[in-house]
Amino acid sequence: MEQPILEMKNISKSFNGIPVLKDVNFSVKKGEVHALMGGNGAGKSTLMKILTGVYTADSGDILIDGKPVSIKSYEEAQKNNISMIFQEFSLIPTLTVAQNIYLTREKKNSLGLLDDKDCEKKTEKLLEELGVDIKPTDIVQNLGVGYWQMTEIAKALSQEAKILIMDEPTSSLTKNETEVLFSFINKLKAKGYSIIYISHRMDEIFEICDRITILRDGRYITTETCSETDLDTVIQHIVGMEFDQAFEWKERAYATDVPPIFEVRNLTAGNVQDINLKIQPGEIVGIAGLMGSGRTELLRSLFGIDPIESGEIYVNGQKQRINNPRNAIDAGLALIPEDRRMQGLVLEHSVKDNMILPILSKVKKGAFIDNKKSNDISNDFVQKLNIKTDHIFKQARLLSGGNQQKIVLAKWLANDPTVLMLDEPTIGVDIGAKTEIVEIIREMAETGKAILVVSSELPELLALSDRVVVMHDGKIKKEMTRKEIKTEEELQYAIQGF
Amino acid sequence: MQSKVSNIQKPAAPALKGFEWRNYIVYFAFVGVLIYFSISLGDEGFLTSGNLLNIVRQTATISLMALAMTFVISTGEIDLSVGSIAALSSLVGALAIQAGYGIVGGLIGGVSTGLVVGLINGLLVTKVAIPSFLVTLGTMGAVKGFAMWVTDTAPVPIVDANFNFIFGSGDIGPIPVLLIWTLVFTVIAHVLLRKTAFGRQVLATGGNESAARFSGVKTMKIKLMVFLGTGVMAGLAGLLYAGRMNAGRFSFGEGDELSVIAAVILGGTSLFGGVGTIIGTLVGSLMIGTINNGLIIMGLDVSQQMIIKGIIIILAVAFGKKAMKR
Repeated sequence: MEQPILEMKNISKSFNGIPVLKDVNFSVKKGEVHALMGGNGAGKSTLMKILTGVYTADSGDILIDGKPVSIKSYEEAQKNNISMIFQEFSLIPTLTVAQNIYLTREKKNSLGLLDDKDCEKKTEKLLEELGVDIKPTDIVQNLGVGYWQMTEIAKALSQEAKILIMDEPTSSLTKNETEVLFSFINKLKAKGYSIIYISHRMDEIFEICDRITILRDGRYITTETCSETDLDTVIQHIVGMEFDQAFEWKERAYATDVPPIFEVRNLTAGNVQDINLKIQPGEIVGIAGLMGSGRTELLRSLFGIDPIESGEIYVNGQKQRINNPRNAIDAGLALIPEDRRMQGLVLEHSVKDNMILPILSKVKKGAFIDNKKSNDISNDFVQKLNIKTDHIFKQARLLSGGNQQKIVLAKWLANDPTVLMLDEPTIGVDIGAKTEIVEIIREMAETGKAILVVSSELPELLALSDRVVVMHDGKIKKEMTRKEIKTEEELQYAIQGF
Repeated sequence: MQSKVSNIQKPAAPALKGFEWRNYIVYFAFVGVLIYFSISLGDEGFLTSGNLLNIVRQTATISLMALAMTFVISTGEIDLSVGSIAALSSLVGALAIQAGYGIVGGLIGGVSTGLVVGLINGLLVTKVAIPSFLVTLGTMGAVKGFAMWVTDTAPVPIVDANFNFIFGSGDIGPIPVLLIWTLVFTVIAHVLLRKTAFGRQVLATGGNESAARFSGVKTMKIKLMVFLGTGVMAGLAGLLYAGRMNAGRFSFGEGDELSVIAAVILGGTSLFGGVGTIIGTLVGSLMIGTINNGLIIMGLDVSQQMIIKGIIIILAVAFGKKAMKR
């Protein structure tokens, strides 16, 4: 068998006596794209931090080309031809491409002054070899995000990197940019570079990777060859025993003979045009569509963030005037926004403070916040939503993505909304938490709320929705009951606008 | 697979590529100020070579501190203590000369005063991780207090004519010594920022600190260095005050942090770090000096000058911010 370029053998690591990696094995061949998968807390990032010298393993060996090496700092990792490709925050936006690539390694002339021309020439050659169409003198902040990553890769290659680690490399890229990146990765592969690819996005992994290694709870589970496995197998390995049929659609009963609890008539706002929508109590309506089709904009305008130009909104048959989020909240609406870190949470504040923020007026006693009441409410939700936190006073930023998202859910559920709108409710969340969130949304529907979900993940949309509305160019193009949709492909077809 | 990676949308090129007028606004503004004062104050002698050289003399201290401040602001930090350092170093220098240590003693005394305060600022920012705004706000007050205390607010006269010539009032032919100080340090600072690894690492640290660190830049060392820089240059500026006024005095440099920061920002250095220009800084401080001079000739008093300078800083930052968002 061919000698792997990288082997990590029996790696173990504990923090404060709590083991996070137990006897993990991981090996990468030359010229392969190897996916590293696992839920949040499975140990992927710890393993990669050990590989890049951020942490040192308690026990175990790292072998490069069969030879044991010691990696105690990022510099040592680079010396062993390992480079981490960070996302867009890893470059100096105000410097040029060439200045970034050769930062701290600039050629100097006899006077000790920098020879920028030399860096630019070398950069030009490098970019040409890689087929990247940018100039060495372009200032990084003037380039698109897709180019940032390629500049970063070019930088790694200029440092003789042979093993590249990419962590969620497509999370900030458009579909088009992702395709470009993938063709670029294929090119690197053909040149013999090895890539460790970390992502939650299954479709991407099956498209670009050769093998998948799965970790769970700090243990090595298995390594599969992509062409010989399938999605279900991988998901089962990732979630382990906990895997239930959350992603299977369950036909649900809801009242169809009563007036709709939520209704939108002829709504126009910005790019969103002439939207008509009715939701029955207990019904889950999914909104499908491509990026830029107006899904997020629709939710934003319904919640009073973007101004509504014309149209009417009814909750429980009552016409509502919504000019700002406060109006929307008072009308019984809630929005779980797309970006929980920016829009959903005050990360520096505690779990509890985040939860009670929308309901401060309800937990007041006189002029003061009623501590006992607000603690009770918070503890209650922590328990109900199975939020993994030591206590309710822990800062939200210290929790994992899935648990953060549950805080955002709790925050709005505490207000007992009539209409719950969710924008990409499980983005960047591991599969375990994903199934839990899907279950929570279903439970909310059971209590008679109207639910409006936007999601780019079709399996999730199909698992949740009783009805799917397809948006295209700001308009509703198609409406289907869940029963009418036979397969995911059929929905995909509708989304593409045919 | 062999296709060229080229179908990513690049942002549309600015309409006037290669010429972004915001980057040059300070030059237009400077010319505008000169023209304005030439016309309105032509009869009061604004345009005479005597007055113009006077502007250079009066501006030298601001210029020197602003050159060093360009490095601090380029790393995304700030140093408010420069004015107070200048005051204390003028006194230490004057005392050293009075005690008979001569010009060299005065120079060492003044500069090392700045070095020590700069070291304290730098260590507090890098080792104790206090934001530079707070650190230097603190040292601004403390150092000023020290300057008042050391002679109980009494000025210390300097009778050494050579010192006064080299550090202040001297002219070599028609050229004021202070102009030479300014030009020499401008060239050094420009080369340092544009052409050396140090300058590149300063800009990298301000542009994205964590990325710079991951690229192997010792960002803490860089920050310490830039604070040493403002300390030393403010110390030297204090000696230039002493040389020009033939004395050390606690009130020298009062309010200079305002002029210095205004000069740097006006010049085009980004208050958010990562972008810095020495030539811009020089023009910025000449402009501040010209405005000061013009306002004095117009008969405005110090309080009115302060109002105008404050407004200029806010306008300069507002423009800078727009340039960032572009």
